[in-house]
Amino acid sequence: MSHGNMNLTLKVWRQKNTKATGKLETYKVTDISPDMSFLEMFDVLNEQLINKGEEPIAFDHDCREGICGMCSMYINGRAHGPKSAITTCQLHMRSFKDGDTIVVEPWRAAAFPVIKDLTVDRSAFDRIISKGGFISVNTGNAQDANCLPIPKPDADAAFEAAACIGCGACVATCKNSSAMLFVSAKISQLALLPQGQVERTSRAKNMVAQMDEEGFGNCTNTGACEVECPKGISLENIARMNREFFMANIKE
Amino acid sequence: MSTTSGKFLQSSLGKKLLMGLTGLFLVSFLIVHVSINACIYFNDGGATFNAAAHFMAHNPVIRVVEIGLFIGLILHAVQALMLTMQNNKARPVKYAVPAGNVSSKWYSRSMGILGSLLLLFLVVHLANFWVPTKQAVFNDMEHDTFAGLKEVFSKWYFVGVYMVGVISLGYHLLHGFQSAFQSLGLNHKKYTPMIKSFGFWFSIIITLLFASMPITMFLGLIK
Repeated sequence: MSHGNMNLTLKVWRQKNTKATGKLETYKVTDISPDMSFLEMFDVLNEQLINKGEEPIAFDHDCREGICGMCSMYINGRAHGPKSAITTCQLHMRSFKDGDTIVVEPWRAAAFPVIKDLTVDRSAFDRIISKGGFISVNTGNAQDANCLPIPKPDADAAFEAAACIGCGACVATCKNSSAMLFVSAKISQLALLPQGQVERTSRAKNMVAQMDEEGFGNCTNTGACEVECPKGISLENIARMNREFFMANIKE
Repeated sequence: MSTTSGKFLQSSLGKKLLMGLTGLFLVSFLIVHVSINACIYFNDGGATFNAAAHFMAHNPVIRVVEIGLFIGLILHAVQALMLTMQNNKARPVKYAVPAGNVSSKWYSRSMGILGSLLLLFLVVHLANFWVPTKQAVFNDMEHDTFAGLKEVFSKWYFVGVYMVGVISLGYHLLHGFQSAFQSLGLNHKKYTPMIKSFGFWFSIIITLLFASMPITMFLGLIK
């Protein structure tokens, strides 16, 4: 084993399909470089399982650079592992010590059913977006940006909300499995900009209604979502969503 | 775009609003209550305290507000129970390793338990003071509330129950006060830190004031 490399015990949730009951299985990995990402460590484990003729662990991943939001892993009681403001692919093995036991679970929420092992179905988010997470624009060329003056603070706040990658860490970490940080970011990014004004009222009502229908829990303002969000989406967005929703109900 | 209609108060955000509003309304009652309590510190054999208690028991405006208070309390508690059941359903399979205190405060996650303790305390509290006062008013008799206070707070186990109730109240407020403003949609870079620090000190001061009453009476400091 080269210097600084680690031997680790992993307890990983294995579940054949949505209907099956899963359980935590224990695996050993050896000679793990501290420079590996958490997902690369999983690649090593899967190679090991394939060589032994066992079923590899299903886990979601795509960009491996922290922008796609696929790598949903609940590691040792925290969404995306022990560091803040990162996704699982941005978590390096140097965050762990030789001999550590690491428990890896899928996102847990009724609205995010497990597909297999660590992969969950997050299409509830897509259905919420389809209810109003868009703007209606005329086709044709984009007009000159200076035609629409937007105050810098509004542009910044909209941009910060738009940084949401829809990974679902907010739902996973919330004790109530509430999706309010996600929905509020999507409502905020459009409510703050002139292009978002046309559907502003119906957007707030319809997206919240869909969120409720999907079976997410209610927000109790513990603030855990804000702490675990890889993109640092703030609770201010949830307050804005509340205002948008109240105003929408007063208007219509 | 289609319009999904749903009853406002049945929506998750409508329920949040109601929790926040009823919570703040109940907070306003605490201020009145603690002010009346403080009358014992005139240390005049309960004369000022009993005069204040008499006013509260007979003033028609207070009578109407009292009904509102019970409605507010019931709404707050029933709604909380329904929300808690809904939230439990939202995560049928729990995590093997819970998050703990890394990303949130324990009392912010324990509002249901703290609220239930408060409700149990309220049953004892109402039986101790509210019921005898009502009986006296109903029978058109003068009620010496101060004498009742002295009797209840001469027993260590009642003082213990009151301490548990008051500490639960303190932690419930510590999260609930600032949380109510967030639920009402009031979050602002400039004002939210002020609301949070006001809520923090308010929770601590009101807890200490409420706790001081049974303790000073138990120790025989109030004549």
